[in-house]
Amino acid sequence: MADAPLRVLIVDDEVPARRRLRDLLADCAGALPLACVGEAANGREALELLHAVSADLVLSDIEMPEMGGLEFARHVLKLPQPPVVIFTTAHDKHAVQAFEVNAVDFLLKPIRVQRLLAALEKVPRLKPLSTARLDALAPTARRFLSVTERSRVVLVPVEEIIYLKAELKYITIRTADREFLLEESLTKLEEEFGHRLVRVHRNCLVAREAIRGFERRVGDEGDAHWEVLLKGISETLPVSRRQQSIVREIGRENQRGGEAAAK
Amino acid sequence: MQPIIRHNAIRLELPDFRNLGTILRIVLAVNAMTAVAALVKAPQIELWTAQWLDMTALAEPYLIVELAILYTLAPWLFRQTSSMSAFVIAAITVLVGLGLHALIGRPYSDSPFALVRHLVLALCTYGVLLLYFNLRAKALSPAIAESRLQALQARIRPHFLFNSINAVLSLVRAEPKRAETALLDMADLFRVLMRDNRELVPISDEIELCRQYLELEKLRLTDRLQVEWHLNNMPSDALVPPLVLQPLLENAVYHGIEPLSTPGVVSINIFCKGGDVHAILRNPYRSDGGSHHAGNKMALGNIRERLKLHFDAEGTLESRVRDAAYEVHIRMPYRTAAASQAAVPESTATPAKQPAQTEENGPPLREAGTGVSRG
Repeated sequence: MADAPLRVLIVDDEVPARRRLRDLLADCAGALPLACVGEAANGREALELLHAVSADLVLSDIEMPEMGGLEFARHVLKLPQPPVVIFTTAHDKHAVQAFEVNAVDFLLKPIRVQRLLAALEKVPRLKPLSTARLDALAPTARRFLSVTERSRVVLVPVEEIIYLKAELKYITIRTADREFLLEESLTKLEEEFGHRLVRVHRNCLVAREAIRGFERRVGDEGDAHWEVLLKGISETLPVSRRQQSIVREIGRENQRGGEAAAK
Repeated sequence: MQPIIRHNAIRLELPDFRNLGTILRIVLAVNAMTAVAALVKAPQIELWTAQWLDMTALAEPYLIVELAILYTLAPWLFRQTSSMSAFVIAAITVLVGLGLHALIGRPYSDSPFALVRHLVLALCTYGVLLLYFNLRAKALSPAIAESRLQALQARIRPHFLFNSINAVLSLVRAEPKRAETALLDMADLFRVLMRDNRELVPISDEIELCRQYLELEKLRLTDRLQVEWHLNNMPSDALVPPLVLQPLLENAVYHGIEPLSTPGVVSINIFCKGGDVHAILRNPYRSDGGSHHAGNKMALGNIRERLKLHFDAEGTLESRVRDAAYEVHIRMPYRTAAASQAAVPESTATPAKQPAQTEENGPPLREAGTGVSRG
């Protein structure tokens, strides 16, 4: 391991920032065997790239379009052999404070070659960041959920989610096209995406935007309950007695939305 | 405040009589005072409004004529010393009072006492207003200094500074010539950011600054940043508060361009309409990218405040979202260096008074300047 070159992937949305890192890595190459295995302009591209090439280290910017560095670091953990992520940031007082508090590795841009070299030398001893530690850093909701399928990380855009349903060990993510299996806690997901998803049942969160309406159903034993009708799919979901108040709340919202659209 | 008093025992601040805000304040104040006077005079509360109407029938024409005269004389008044113009205004007040009494005052009361009373009341009102405008000018001038310092801190995003330095560093080896130009642009930009930004500047200077700023941003964002200029109807001699547009462009890039992975357009449209200068800035807007709105609001608030300090009610800033674009619309009165003598806003001193004021605000400014250039 010590003799194999360190494989590094550069992720930054700014072309000159990537070029600068490439130059710096070239400077370090004399002191430490390393290879730059690729470059990506955002977290999403980087994940895609990591399916084709493997890397030991990802140097990732934080603020990027489509997928930022903090979210990328969470999804990358789903790879069979996740690389170490070291963040590069120009100046974000709050992010830097959070990194220091949580002992997360980062490099301040503009980066000095000595600092980079020190970080590179440390990499073999570093472990990938834990989800818990990243949770402590990332204050904003993710834009994607990620699931592992045949050792690939598949991203599900949050706006495509119709509902999330907890079943035994897994959560089923339902989109208009298909289902995915996710290993996370429904309560945590509700906290993270509360602005978008609403709980209709103990085991189920539904996207507010996907709700077409509600229907009253009478069961075999004569007990009535509400069912959620969804846009794009014919399935319906039961509303638990405890969550019944949302029927009226969302019904009213939809009515208002409909009126606004009609105008 | 102490040094000023030593320099100039009686220092009067006269408002700009052509400013809408000033006129509005005078009209409101006089009417309020009339209302109070009516309250004193009315024998019963039911008769108060009748009494008030009675009094305004006389006070209103007085006010309108006086304001019209002051509006006309404003350029001349500003060339005089403050005490001289204060005296002239008092004389005008008396003359207008006499004239009006001769024309319409007689039917109300014919006694000579009525005339004296009207003149004394008018002069008292004038005195109160003079006091008010003085206090207001005094209250606002430190605010300018402070808001400028605040602006200095809030204006340049460290994010921009460090990312730009990083971008220039990336050029140094491969394209030293471009790196050179970029560093010169940066120097110009920071020179403006750090100087005393109290005086109005020609809008063409501000545009030049914006171009340099956008060049730097293009260096790091490459073709993701597209800029459209619409300046055909821009009055290049119009005077504007310095740094009225650059921080808005910084916002446009930060909120509108950086979150996009595809190219986005920032458009700048400046034109003159109805005696006002309008500046409309547009950038792409994403409804879900809402983590930095606090910073945006701060910059808008800062500029709005500076517009108010320079132009009072005549400078406005509005922002809205339209057709997936975020739009900021600034309106300022069209002022030029040639006409500025006539239109020196109340909050900035006339040239004669400037030495005193510079002294007042001088030390902290110089400190800030040297501090930064050393560091």
